[in-house]
Amino acid sequence: MAALTDQPLFELKDRRLEYQEKTVLDNLSLCIYPGERVALVGGSGAGKSTLLKALREQRPNQVAWCPQQPGLVPMLSAFHNIYMGALDRHSFIYNLGNLIKPLPAARREVSEIARSIDLEQQLYSSVDKLSGGQQQRTSIGRALIQRRSIFIGDEPVANVDEYQAERLLQLICQQHQTIVLALHDIEQALQFCTRIIGLKDGAIALDAASEQLTANDLASLYDAV
Amino acid sequence: MLFNSSTNRIDTSAKALRKTSFWFAAIALLCLLCADLDISTVDPWHELSLMAVGALSPSVWSWPTLLSSLANTFSFALQGVALAAIAGFILALGYGSTIVRAFCAFIRSIHELFWALLFIQITGLSSLTGLLAIAIPYAGTLAKIYGELFEEVDRAPAHNSPAAKQPLTHFFYTVLPMAWRPMTTYTSYRFECAIRSSAILGFVGLPTLGFHLETALGEGHYSEAAAYFYALLLLIGTLRFWLQKRLLPIYLLAVFYYLPPQAQVSWDLVVRFITEDIVPAPLRGEALFTASTLSEFANWFSLLWQQQIWPGLINTVVLGQISLVFTGLLALLLFPLNSPLFFRRWGRTAGDGLLILLRTLPEYLLAFLGLLILGPSMVPAILALGIHNAAIIAHLVGRHSEELVLRGDASQGLNRYFFEVLPRIYRQFLAFLFYRWEVILRETAILGILGISTLGFYIDSAFEEFRFDRAFILILASALLNIGVDNFARRIRLRLHLKTAPESL
Repeated sequence: MAALTDQPLFELKDRRLEYQEKTVLDNLSLCIYPGERVALVGGSGAGKSTLLKALREQRPNQVAWCPQQPGLVPMLSAFHNIYMGALDRHSFIYNLGNLIKPLPAARREVSEIARSIDLEQQLYSSVDKLSGGQQQRTSIGRALIQRRSIFIGDEPVANVDEYQAERLLQLICQQHQTIVLALHDIEQALQFCTRIIGLKDGAIALDAASEQLTANDLASLYDAV
Repeated sequence: MLFNSSTNRIDTSAKALRKTSFWFAAIALLCLLCADLDISTVDPWHELSLMAVGALSPSVWSWPTLLSSLANTFSFALQGVALAAIAGFILALGYGSTIVRAFCAFIRSIHELFWALLFIQITGLSSLTGLLAIAIPYAGTLAKIYGELFEEVDRAPAHNSPAAKQPLTHFFYTVLPMAWRPMTTYTSYRFECAIRSSAILGFVGLPTLGFHLETALGEGHYSEAAAYFYALLLLIGTLRFWLQKRLLPIYLLAVFYYLPPQAQVSWDLVVRFITEDIVPAPLRGEALFTASTLSEFANWFSLLWQQQIWPGLINTVVLGQISLVFTGLLALLLFPLNSPLFFRRWGRTAGDGLLILLRTLPEYLLAFLGLLILGPSMVPAILALGIHNAAIIAHLVGRHSEELVLRGDASQGLNRYFFEVLPRIYRQFLAFLFYRWEVILRETAILGILGISTLGFYIDSAFEEFRFDRAFILILASALLNIGVDNFARRIRLRLHLKTAPESL
């Protein structure tokens, strides 16, 4: 765990979080410190996505964001969808030029990322022609190109096969200092994260270092109410 | 090598859209080279400043004239659309038949001003002329829309209905109830258009707002013109507050009482007009199919073709193409005004207000103003067609963009426009633009009456010289051009899988 003397990156105190005007999480207090790798686990509707969204909004300019609905632009190529993560780093004219015809520097940068997420073959196809898994990798690519220190992902590898999921999670861990992920796969959570936060019934039901936990400890989070 | 060439090339599902857009723009650029784009007035700002002063100091010279022309404008429009709705409905029942479809395409391909010019020869500057000039082309348009709505209605209830064996019962119980709402929405939009048409009929002499507008503008009385202009805006702008469905019968009774459709028709004149005046000169009173009449007719026609039809067609197509692409570009520039992705609340309300205002301005009137400011060339026509049509398309594209959901970290400003929004709305935008193409071309032809040498110019001159035979052939030529473009546009829409619900196009 990170040194507790650090300032927390994210801090929630007695917060109530709402989704579509319904309270999902109440009296929520939570601190996340630099260097932590946090997995949010819990049944569907437990409020993982709502919490991630609230965290992202605390530091919108430092977070590489990978939402569950990737929100890609279907008729643009994977290249452009990945490049969209880097729009803020370039001038508008450069961006526009790159939209009309991919420019060499951007090609190099994006294809390097594409190679790391195994998307080279599909890079110049529009994403509406890609499979769900390929779209999800595009979305991860869009987060990676932002080159930020914090990664927040909502089930970022739910649609890819197990082997690829591990590789991608490894990549995400390598390239970011702090990570917060919603994961439904308990094995992955224990393997890649240092801290597990379990959500249940509108509150935090469990918050512990992953070394102290086993898969069985987490199973109760998914029990029916 | 980092890339191999096969994966290096962008291959998107929007490729066909990009290609089509490229060719349209390229052709428009070619057209620009051969278009007359001179600004011939020495000092356009002078006339513009006079107009601005007039616009800021509207003055009513005669209230009775203003009010009666306002009432006439409204009456022609309401009577025309009422008649067109009934006729269009009946025609739509037979819309499966090719003959009915062709007939509807033909009557709507002739602009209401051309119909007016024709009827003026028979029924004079009468209330009947105004009614028919609007009712006939609008019946063709409404028949098309109603017909397409009937076809589109989900067939499921029909199969479950025991009445399936009785076509009429089936129609009234299953098809009509489902098509009714879009029908009324579209008809009420068409009524707004009819008010513009009705006002414009004044430019050929009928006693509507356009008549006084043309006089006042032509004589440079801009304050007086401004009053008529504002009256027109007010009439269209306030429609939805006082023109309510349940009051419609009362308004209908009122307009037919106020302006009963009548005309002093001399049947001799009608017969002469149809059997002689519009018959090509070499064929009049001659035995057909003799070698000499046929060769004379061939000479007559080839001369007309060389001197009027061909140059008129070319200019219409050139101006139409430039205006279409200009309309598209302007619409893409303007649609964020009505999009929640760019403007919120008051910003968007104001933005959409501007679009609705621009849409309210009839293109014919805009072109007339443009000619006064910039002198005769294609420039005022391009501006007028662009502004009016772009406002319509921008309003709809903006509303369409409401459906888009962007992710939380989506970019802002110009990056958002080009990367997030433009690719997503482009297909719908093209659908709207191609749907509008036919209308733009119809208007292009008609702007000739103002002196731009499209088909309308030659048609208007032919009427002025009482050469009705030439006018008739030229009107037919413009009708054929419109039908051709309408078909072509439909084919492109089908090929590119562009769908439109034509609620307000």
